[in-house]
Amino acid sequence: MEAHTLAPEEHFIREEPYYEPVGQEIGIFEAAYRNKLPVLLKGPTGCGKTRFMEYMAWRLKRPLITVSCHDDLTASDLVGRFLVKGGETVWVDGPLARAVRAGGICYLDEIVEARKDTMVVIHPLADDRRALPMEKLGTLLEADDNFCLAISYNPGYQSVLKDLKQSTRQRFVALEFNYPAAELERKIVSTESGVAPEIAEKLVKFAQMTRNLKGSGLEEGASTRLLVHAAKLIASHIEPVAACQSAIAQALTDDEEMLAAVQELSSSLF
Amino acid sequence: MTTHPHSASAINRYLEELLEVEFTFLQVGELATSLAALAAENREFLLGWTRRIASTNIQIAYQFALRAITLLDHTDRRMIEAWALHAMDTYDRSGLSSGMRVIKEVENFAHQSHARSAGVVFEDVAGIMLNFVHGLSGRRLKLEPGDAAYTDSETLFLPAVIARMQTARHNFTLCKATVAMMWAQTRYGSFRVELPQLLAAYEDGERALNCFHALETLRLQARIADELPGLYREMQKLAAQLGETLPHDWEGYALQLGRSEATVEDSLRLLVDAYAGTSLPSLCYQGELRPEAVAACMATRIAKEKMLLRVKLAQLEQEVQKHRSAEGSDKPAKFGLAEKAENESGLTALELTLDGAPVAPPEDVRQLITSIQLDLGEIPPEYLVAAGPGEYDPSLYEEKPADPDAVWQGTYHEEGATLYPEWDYGRQHYRKNWCVMREKDVTPVHDGFRAATLGKYSGLLKHLRKTFEAMRDENRLLKRQSYGDNVDIDALVEALADARDGSEMSDRLFMRMHRTERNIAVMFMVDMSGSTRGWINDAERESLVLLCETLETLGDRYAIYGFSGTTRKRCELFRIKRFDEPYNEEVQGRISGIRPQEYTRMGFAIRHLTSLLKGVEARTKLLITLSDGKPDDYNDNYRTRYGIEDTRKALQEAQRSGIHPFCITLDEKARDYLPHLYGAVNYTVIDQVGKLPFKVADIYRRLTS
Repeated sequence: MEAHTLAPEEHFIREEPYYEPVGQEIGIFEAAYRNKLPVLLKGPTGCGKTRFMEYMAWRLKRPLITVSCHDDLTASDLVGRFLVKGGETVWVDGPLARAVRAGGICYLDEIVEARKDTMVVIHPLADDRRALPMEKLGTLLEADDNFCLAISYNPGYQSVLKDLKQSTRQRFVALEFNYPAAELERKIVSTESGVAPEIAEKLVKFAQMTRNLKGSGLEEGASTRLLVHAAKLIASHIEPVAACQSAIAQALTDDEEMLAAVQELSSSLF
Repeated sequence: MTTHPHSASAINRYLEELLEVEFTFLQVGELATSLAALAAENREFLLGWTRRIASTNIQIAYQFALRAITLLDHTDRRMIEAWALHAMDTYDRSGLSSGMRVIKEVENFAHQSHARSAGVVFEDVAGIMLNFVHGLSGRRLKLEPGDAAYTDSETLFLPAVIARMQTARHNFTLCKATVAMMWAQTRYGSFRVELPQLLAAYEDGERALNCFHALETLRLQARIADELPGLYREMQKLAAQLGETLPHDWEGYALQLGRSEATVEDSLRLLVDAYAGTSLPSLCYQGELRPEAVAACMATRIAKEKMLLRVKLAQLEQEVQKHRSAEGSDKPAKFGLAEKAENESGLTALELTLDGAPVAPPEDVRQLITSIQLDLGEIPPEYLVAAGPGEYDPSLYEEKPADPDAVWQGTYHEEGATLYPEWDYGRQHYRKNWCVMREKDVTPVHDGFRAATLGKYSGLLKHLRKTFEAMRDENRLLKRQSYGDNVDIDALVEALADARDGSEMSDRLFMRMHRTERNIAVMFMVDMSGSTRGWINDAERESLVLLCETLETLGDRYAIYGFSGTTRKRCELFRIKRFDEPYNEEVQGRISGIRPQEYTRMGFAIRHLTSLLKGVEARTKLLITLSDGKPDDYNDNYRTRYGIEDTRKALQEAQRSGIHPFCITLDEKARDYLPHLYGAVNYTVIDQVGKLPFKVADIYRRLTS
């Protein structure tokens, strides 16, 4: 088995990602970064958290190592493990250890999806110790001055059982993200997809309709990301109603009645 | 399938029995003859439905049978079914005379000209329409069946069947357009004027109302054309199909009301002129306007929402002050509203400010502000003054569940209760909103019951713990894996030796921890009916203590609810332990406080606990009933097959939601009916308390391994 890991320098973001600031998030993130404080990004799915991280990595000129958390993610997956190469055992750093060493930004996406025992690994990194214990090596890895820890979490979507522990959340500077205001969202949708502003405006209105349905049948309304998907389909000459149905409605729910209602909403709008 | 009699005389006998002719003196002879003359299929259909309706009310069944015969030739069966069900629901809700009225409408319906095969039935589209209207901006409107399409500004009423168009799709569109028109009335301020008083100034009040309605329809249609152009195109097509055109003298009105700044005041202004004219257009989707219903509904809402907003602002202020006092300032806070630059939902977006700085109001406050804005067009400044201490009693305006015990004091009301349907096997249909359910707390009794039980069963408990602990999955170290967290040194040494030896080296050189997290949620549903009085009640309580003690070692999520009640009007679920509650002294006290109550209606309990279980995220969900007998209720047919069938249906619903129901009973006769309810393997009969926790352990093992 050939183990291959990307070197930290391969994680640099070379081109400026398109990002529209919503509030003071850029300033706060930079201040947190300068003060070596870890950051927690809260907000519904698809509202631009990951894009924001890419943008900040580009702005701060640091490599960005993103880990999507899931319930099988072990501490070893983050810290590192021994592998056998050519008859020898060699240690291979996990993504977190690589970021700590290289002074990169480690972004743990959807942190609550990770197992509880995995989550505590980040605790010593997230307070003033700024060190990663590597138990298997018996060493303590001090973080580079440029290292930054960021995690994301979606409070609306998570169940009570998967809530973020107080001992974890109280270590972070929290930035709340939400869907951008209508005007801004229009701009984002039309810039990202190239559709005409009138189409983008209708898509944003449609998104608002689905967000009105949150709590009465939909778990979550359409995110900006889904709007961009639909807009891209429309830009490729797909009928708007069909695009809304495939890119947005079907992505939101499987419920027949809800799908029918959402279809009626989009056909009313276009 | 049941086959009904064929010959006139046999049908006659059948009807005599079904309609209890001996007591009701109904004339069934002619009916029987006409039924016998029908084609076999139609006869089966009608007799089947007559029997189903008769299980609800004999008079309605008789009237239905009489009228349905003439309907069969030119009406779709689906329509007849829809009417029959609508009649029974109406009977459930508002009694015999209302139910009869619906049946008589079937006749009117039959006299209308063309075949009704393409009608839209309320039940079929209600779900879609409700989501549709919630997606539009504004107040969260409700949807209910009514005698016509109209709104009281909170609920949209739709007729049971919409069948004006030729095809199903067009009827659906008509229904959607009607809903949208009614939504537009609430959304664009049709009710912001004192209509009843204003119309009183006209000699012919009805004509004035109809003119006003027609003018408003023009205005709202223009709003819809702006906001929902797709829908507007569909509306135009509907009107064209029905040949509805605007009279010439109304075109000017349409032009004036089509301007985006036109308000309801403009409609009122034009009303003087329109009233004097001769023509009066009416569009298929405009529904009816009932100013009295609106006025009554609005008056209560406006008063309530003003107070509610002020109370909520006071709460918000308190929270802010808490922060402030920490910072050392305690100036009184001042609320304001700022208009946001952009306009998200078409409604002027307002932002709540506190001392000039924007604050994010909670969702309920935001909805209140929207609702007030819809009624008044603005938020008057006095609404933004936080209620002073003691000014309003918030409990009067909060939508709290009413005190369950207050239900039987004074006049009965269903406010604040949760309503559940019940399966009527005779009708082969659900009785809607039939069971009036409330959750209550068990009063804890701290009498050392737990300690006594633990003492009494200490030996058993040790054994039990062992049984349960054996089920707990421990971390297991898997060796010789092809990937893992650690190198398996033994395997590595072996492999190196192999390599030196010249043989192929294994790649299974790792070990890793394997941990299967238990992911179970168990709901215990405990029979608290009067029949458990005595040793059964003790047995239930003791076994619950033992169960809790052992379940705690397992770490699974579990909840305990008791159920009892008297008739469908008083179905009660007793909270003993919720999922999120720890097993503490309070819970122990409640277990000790379980006392026999009244009767055993089971369907509602299963349905409610199923919905609670559905809210829990777990791979395996168990619903375990501890009971001493079959479904039963006071002076009610619940103790007959009706109750059994309803319970069975509720269990099927639970199963469909991915829940495993199981029943542990102390009723020795249970073998007669439990297999029918739970299936052959999902129940068990026990005769000793001590056996109960072991049974649960058995069930556990069976369902989770």
